Formats: sequence, structure tokens, C-alpha cells
Amino acid sequence: MRQTDRHFKFDWITIVLFFMLAGFGWLNILSASHTGEIIDYLSFTEFYGKQLIFIILSVVLIILMLSIDAKFYERFSSVIYFASLLSLVGLFIFGKSINGATSWYDLGGMTLQPSEFAKAATALAVAKYVSDLQTDIRQFKHQIRIFIIIVIPAFLILLQKDAGSTLVYGAFFFVLYREGLPKIYLIIGSLLIGLAICALKFGVVITMFISAIIVFGYYFSKKKKPSFIQPIITLTIALLISFLVRFTYDTLLPFHQKDRITIWLSLEKDAAKLEQMKKKAAYNLLESEKAISAGGWKGKGFMEGTRTTGKFVPEQHTDYIFTTVGEEWGFIGSFAVVLVFVLLILRILHLAELQKSQFSRVYGYSVGAILFIHFLINIGMVMGLIPTIGIPLPLFSYGGSGLWGFTILVFIFVKLDSNRINEW
Amino acid sequence: MRQFLLFISVILVGIIFTVRLFYLQVYNSDADSILNDNAIRKVYDYPKRGFVYDRNGKLLVANQPSYDVMVIPREVEPLDTLEFCRLLKIDKERFDKQLKKAKHYSWRLPSPFVSHLSKEDYAVLQEKMRKFTGFHIQKRSLRQYETTIGANVLGDIGEVNNRDIANDPYYKMGDLMGKQGVEKSYDTILRGRKGIKFIQKDRFNRNIGPYKEGTLDTVPEQGKDIKITIDSELQAYGEWLMQNKRGGIIAIEPGTGEILAMIAAPTYNPNDLVGRKRSKNYTKLYNDSIAKPLFNRSLQGVYSPGSPFKLMNALIALQEGVVTTNEKIACKNGYNYGNRHMGCHCGSGLRDMSLGIQKSCNAYFATVYRRILEKADNSREGIEVWSNHAKSFGLGNFLNNDLAVGQKGRIPDKAYYQRAYPERFYSTYTISNAIGQGEVLTTPIQLANMIAAIANRGFYYTPHIVKAIEGETLPENFTKPKYTTIDKEHFEPVIEGMLEVYKKGTASSLQVEGIDICGKTGTVENFMKIDSVKTQLTDHSIFVAFAPKDNPKIALAVFVENGYFGSRFAGKIASLMIEKYVNKTITRKDLEKWLLTHSLENEYAKPYSGEPFQINRGSQYQVIPMEDVIDLPEEAKTKLQR
Repeated sequence: MRQTDRHFKFDWITIVLFFMLAGFGWLNILSASHTGEIIDYLSFTEFYGKQLIFIILSVVLIILMLSIDAKFYERFSSVIYFASLLSLVGLFIFGKSINGATSWYDLGGMTLQPSEFAKAATALAVAKYVSDLQTDIRQFKHQIRIFIIIVIPAFLILLQKDAGSTLVYGAFFFVLYREGLPKIYLIIGSLLIGLAICALKFGVVITMFISAIIVFGYYFSKKKKPSFIQPIITLTIALLISFLVRFTYDTLLPFHQKDRITIWLSLEKDAAKLEQMKKKAAYNLLESEKAISAGGWKGKGFMEGTRTTGKFVPEQHTDYIFTTVGEEWGFIGSFAVVLVFVLLILRILHLAELQKSQFSRVYGYSVGAILFIHFLINIGMVMGLIPTIGIPLPLFSYGGSGLWGFTILVFIFVKLDSNRINEW
Repeated sequence: MRQFLLFISVILVGIIFTVRLFYLQVYNSDADSILNDNAIRKVYDYPKRGFVYDRNGKLLVANQPSYDVMVIPREVEPLDTLEFCRLLKIDKERFDKQLKKAKHYSWRLPSPFVSHLSKEDYAVLQEKMRKFTGFHIQKRSLRQYETTIGANVLGDIGEVNNRDIANDPYYKMGDLMGKQGVEKSYDTILRGRKGIKFIQKDRFNRNIGPYKEGTLDTVPEQGKDIKITIDSELQAYGEWLMQNKRGGIIAIEPGTGEILAMIAAPTYNPNDLVGRKRSKNYTKLYNDSIAKPLFNRSLQGVYSPGSPFKLMNALIALQEGVVTTNEKIACKNGYNYGNRHMGCHCGSGLRDMSLGIQKSCNAYFATVYRRILEKADNSREGIEVWSNHAKSFGLGNFLNNDLAVGQKGRIPDKAYYQRAYPERFYSTYTISNAIGQGEVLTTPIQLANMIAAIANRGFYYTPHIVKAIEGETLPENFTKPKYTTIDKEHFEPVIEGMLEVYKKGTASSLQVEGIDICGKTGTVENFMKIDSVKTQLTDHSIFVAFAPKDNPKIALAVFVENGYFGSRFAGKIASLMIEKYVNKTITRKDLEKWLLTHSLENEYAKPYSGEPFQINRGSQYQVIPMEDVIDLPEEAKTKLQR
């Protein structure tokens, strides 16, 4: 088992992978944000300078967090959760808008984004509630309570027009499923997503036709046939949902979001029009795909990316940082980043499974799931696999709040994990 | 099972991402190379094109700045077409056409959109260029001709076409290259090497600085100046004399092989083929299929050499020992062979070699020619011997010189007649070769070279147009003498005969006081198909000469289409050219005036008139008043007054 020396109880694999990503991320921010000669790596007026300071400060934060007693997090999880909710509510009064989202506190010279910290707080609250001896996740009553815990911060964030960060809370579905949420949620969830995409892509009529085949096929394959009314109801619900989806897409959705979906699913039949649309609405996506593509096998080399230097991809140092990797480090570098992310997430999930305390396990699982959603949406988006959704790439994208948010998220777990031996 | 959902999802997403990365970066990669990276602007820095000077250092061709509007189709954004067209002075139709053409060439490489803007248009446009994304202005240098003469010598430069680009990747769309004349044959020397500046752009198409601190940029290499062998004064004078006539003149310095003058008539002003008016004017010249101003008659005109070729037969006969200089051969108003007769205008009598040349006696040369062929066992071997001697003068093949165009001409040999007469072959079959009419074909430059070899008494230098290239030595091909197969001593009797041509013979009216000119007239029958009927036209007037007899300074061949007797047009021109070059003054003003006031345009119009016409003696000369004569070009004037 573990050595008794306290320093070696921490999972060094996680820590190394974490810093590999943060370090490599910083190099890419340096490349994406520098203009002209680099004079001061700690310059407080340049993104790369600030990010380096954030990284250094995050080391301080890590030391602080690892020195706090592991039990503290479990004991104070509710307090932390409510404090986090308060910080989110406070935004409605004191918040500052950047790019249309009111997600920041202006602290004079620097900004703080509470939603980045809310993820860790929610994970703690979920872990606390699920690990409670009285909680039975199979009961609908408890499901509702957990749902409320998750939805409150998500809803607050959505109100601040930060749709991307809201989606992250979907990560908890994986956690709850792991902890025993009935399968039916997974099935219904998958069916709903399938239904929505089908309705958008092929229209309501074809969708209903396909649904009917599936529903009646299922119905007649059963030996003991339930009431005939069941498939009819199912189909009616499916019809309603299809209409709702179309209606939302056609009338409710803001133009820019509608365009993103149109491009993602190639809903526009006229190829020339679609191309034109891509050029306008999906300028970022087009440039980001081109930049990644321009890298080829080996990339153009560190600080040699002409599209990066020319700032062809907007927001490249934040949400689109992966394009810098693509252009300058090529397939080899991009693959390495994907690989390290996968390894980090798998490592965390593996450690979570090893936990003896349910609190630690649920929390660890949450950490893995949250990282996974970020990874999936961000890289999927810059490569055009997923409609454009603004969400940072953990440890890579520029931003102090984001970096510290993930630092806290991951290192609470590192601390919990180190305490595994003391658990019973 | 439950714990695997996320595990599997993570691994699955990792794999999907890897596949997508592979697709984007490797399989369907649009990897940038520095030349097609659209974040890097390539700015070409065109070097100065080398200047062209004449043999006396007179500047003939210099440069002038020109501005082209270039387009990179894939960077073009919607623009105010109307305003843009107005600024460029083009219409919408042209706009669409040019854009389509550019797209056809390349979406990402610049193509010329509108070439050669005037300085005024450029000044206005430059201010507004910012508004038209995807378009930029490229500065180039155009030719500035400091002269109105020598269009056929100097040539011109024009935009490269797709084939040129395929042949030499150095060229990019819109580049200029030599298309004719010296510009073509010395293009790589004159053009230098363009430099490239790589500039980092941002997404608003603005320059943000040199790419990699400019370490990959190349500095343009200046084009080298060249000095050509042409004497612009002589060239101008010759072009002036050739007005209203068609034909060619080649004058060579026998001691070096340098081409002193290369005149092709009709000609045009080289300035007509500069800049925006080039394509219009070029098409006009190109479409003139009757006068063919772009056809360099002095290099490409393949004609029967006529009587000047008798000199060659005389030399071969002496070399082969089939005749002595003193042997007298009888002319009975022509030459009878078998039951046929070849006429002669020399007036019958006994002819030795000198007299034969002087009077251009057909019978004398027919006799001599047959002896050459019959010396060997059979005439097939004889014709081969004869052919090899003639070829050693540079006839019947390309001269391998530095001129952009040329023709082989024809000196028939054994193999040639083997095809024509596979069964039997007698010397009489080819008797016309004796007087330069039959199968023998030459270009004026070949004939001039032959005369240069005679003037040198047995060798020649490959005629060439370049005298000096900045910082380079001339190729050995131009500086090493090429020896003919005729021994030196055989030339003197022939040259004596040529001198007699001037003193007492067919060119006695063309003497120039103080210069011993050796010459030979030629009058060449020629035919044309009119409505598929072979019709004879007025004879071509030919004259070859060199002067002075000792230490010759100039050898030339003059060819005037349909000018009738050799002495009538060609001979007069030859005499004047020699006087002009050797003495720098003209005493035979009478010849000059006659030439300038006599036009052959009516002669050239005959075959196209659709009416029956008379030739040779039946022709009426078209006399034009002196007032209508074009002024002597500036180039020739300056020195005449001095």
C-alpha cells in the first residue's frame, strides 16, 4: 500500500498530468497572444504574462488546499455550496458584462467568474447529498432533491447568458447514473436527443414515421402485450416533442444559435448558401478548422503558426486555444493533448472507483465527468463536430477564474484521495 | 456495468477526436507551405530589367514604371463593383470576365486584374485600394524604347501565358517575359531574378510585419545590361530605305560575325507594343497576314538564293579542280543539255570565271556545276560532295546563334535526291541548283554569312546579336572561327569576279567612289498560288556584297521582294548601306532619292487585286512624291549632319 511519508500519498500521476496540460496550455497562450517581442514573461498587460501569474498563484492555492484537512471539504460542503450560490446571485447586482454574459465580478484590474468555482461547489454538494446514509437515489423524492441541487446553479448561470457553462452541469448525469440512477433516465435521455436531432434534420413527418416503426416494432415483439393505448401515448408525446423542437428552432432560438445548428447539421440544402453561411455565421469555426488543418503532420512549430500570429482565429487564446495546438504542433501535438486529457480523466475516474468513502467517490466521479464535458464540447466544437458553444478548454484556455476553478476542483479530489487510507 | 458508461464514453470521444484530427490534419490536410499560406502575403520585388545598348553604346531600351491591379480570388469580399469599375475605367462585363479568368488560374495566387495603369489612375486608386479586399497593386517595370527603330531586333516583352508558367515555374501569372527578338533570346539575363518579401497578415488582411523577421526574404537580383551588335545608325538608315518595300537586310561584320543591321520590312514602332496598348496593337500586327510585319524576313524568309549562289558553285568547282580560273567556256545564249535549254542574259560569248561572275552567265555555271557532280563515279556521290561544301558555309541548317527565330533553308544532298529520284539520277536533273534556283533555299542571314565567309577568305564567325553582357564573357561559339571546306587560295579569283561586277558588270551603275565593293546581283523567279493556279510574280531583287575588298568591314545580303533585277532595288540599297557604314556619308544621293520615291506597294497588291496583271518588264513603278517620304529616323540623322 501507500508509503507512510505524507508527501507521497498524493497521486502524482494526476498532478503531473495536470501540470503538463497547464504548462503546455501556457505555451500556446504565449504563442496566441504575443505581439512582437516578448520582453517580460510576467507582464501584467499581456495575456501570457497574466496567465503565468495565475499558474504561479494556483500553485500557492494547491499547497493551501492540500494542507487543509480532508474532512473539511465534506463537513463544509453545504456552506461552500450556499456561498457559491450567493456569489452567483450577487452577479445580478454587482456583475459585469463581457461578451454579453454577466458572469464576472470586477475586482479593480482583474475579474472573477464565480461560475467557474460553482462547479466544484456543486460537486461537493452532490457528493455530500448522495453519500448521505439516508439518501436512496432510486427514490424519486431524492432524485428530485438532487436535481434541484444541480439545477439551481445551472439556472442562475443560464440567466447570466452563459449557456456553455450551464451545459457542464449535464456532467452530473454520469455521476448519478454511476450511483444508481435508474436506467430509464439514460434511455429516455438518449431517445430525446435522437428524436430532437431527427426532427431537425429530417422534419416532423419522417421522424414520426421512424418513431412509429420503432414503437410498434417494440410493442409487437413483446410476448405479453400491454394495453394498446401505451404506444399511442408514446407516439403522441414524441410528436409533441418533435413539434416543440422544430418550433424552438424555427422561432424561439436567437439567430446566431440557429445558424450554428443549421451549419452543424447541414440543414441548409443549397450548398452555396451553406458555404456563405459558414463564412459569415461560422467564421470562427471556418478559421479554426483551417488553422488546425494547416498544421499537417508536424505543425508549423512553436511560435511559427502564421494564422496564429495573424490572429486569424478570434478568441484564440480562450475558447479556441486548441487551434494553436493544431496549427503549431500538428497532428502529433494535438493527438498528445487529446491523449493527456483522456489519461487525466481516466486516472481520476479510476481513483474515484478506488475510494472507500462514497463522498470521495462521488466527488471524484464528478470531477472526471466535468472535465470530460469541457473536453468534449470544447475540442468537439473547434473541430466542427459539435455546434459552437462557448466553453473553455480546462487548463488550456486563458483565464484566472477558470484555471483556479479547475485547480480547486481537481485538488480537492487529490486531497480526498490522499486521505483514502484513513477512511474505513 | 454502471461504472463503465463514463469510462467508455471518455475513450470513445478520445478515439473520435483522434480520427477527426487525422482527417483534418493528415488525410484532408490543407497544410500551408510558405507560398500558399494565406496568412502570408507574398510581395514580389521586381528587379530592374537590363538595358539594351547598341554597339556604340547608344541606349536603345530602358524601363518605365507600371502599375497592375492584382486579385486573389479567394480573398475577394463583396465590394462596390460600380465604383471599382469606374476607378479602373472598365465595365462590369470586363470585371466579371477578369475575375473568372483569375479564378480559373488560381483561387489563392494573385492574377492580374487590370494591367498597366497610368500614373494618374494609380494615384487615385491607391487611396481607395483599402476598400477592395482581395485586390492589390503590383508595381512592375515596363519597357521604354528610346528609339523608333529595330522592332524586329529588340523584340518586346509581354505577360506570360499558362504554357510559359508550366515551362518555367519562376514565372507567376502577370509576370512579363521576352516574347520576341533580343528580349526573348536574352530574357533570363535581362530579367534578373525577382525578390520575394514574406509579410505576415492578420485576419483583416493588414500587414503586421515581416514573416520570421524577413529571414526568408530574397533580394531581387538586378537584370544585366546588354550591348547588342547592331549599329543603330545603319539600322535606322536601312529601315528608312526599305520603306514601301518588303524584304530583309542583314549586314555582318566579317571579322567578328557581329550583326550590324538586321532589317525586316515592313516594320513597326517598338513603342506600339508597350503596356496597355500592346494586346490591341499586337493583334493588329499579327492579323496582317499579307504584309506580315511580325515575320522577320531577314531571318525567317526562305527564298531561292538566285545568282549569288553561283559564287558558291565557283568556289566548289575550284576546290574540286574541275575548272581553272582561265578556262573559257562558251555561252550560246544559254546552256543546252539533252534536248533542253537554259536561257542566259549575258549576251553570249566565251567566259572565264571572272567574266562568268561579272556577267552572271548561266551557261558557265551550268557547265561547272555538272562537272562537280560528274567528277565522282556517279552524280549521287557528286551531289553529296557539292552539298557538304555548301553546308560548310552554314547553309542548309540553323546557324545556332542567339536570335529568337530562324529557318534551316535547304541544301539538297544525296539522301534528299534519293527520295526525289529513287530510280535514276543525272546531274542535269538538278541543273537549276547551278544558278541558285532549283531546290536550294536560303534565308538572307545565311546568304550574308556566306558572303562574310567569302570576305574572310574561308571562315566565318557564327552571326550573333550580342556584343557584350554585363560581367560575362561571350560563348565560344561566337568567338571561334568556323572554317569552310574551301581552301583560301580559291577565294581570290571569285572575289576578283565580284569586284568586276561593280566595275563593269551587273552593278556597274552602283559604284561608290573610294570603296572597292565586291558584290553579286540576283534576280529570283518566284511563284504564288492565286485561286489554286500557280502564277509567276515579279522576280525578287537580291544583292550580296562586302566591302572594302581588302580588310572587309561589312558583308551584307539584301532581299527585296518582287523588286525585279538585283541591281534595281537590292543593289542600290546595298551600295548605300556600304557607303553609309564605311564612309559615314552618302554621296550617291541619286540612288537614295530613287529608292525613297519608288514604292513596290502596287506590286504587292497585284495578286490580291483579282485582276490579271503583268510582271517583271511589264510592271509600272509606283512613284511617290518626295513630300510623302517618311523622314529619316533621328538615329541616322545625328551622325549624318556631323
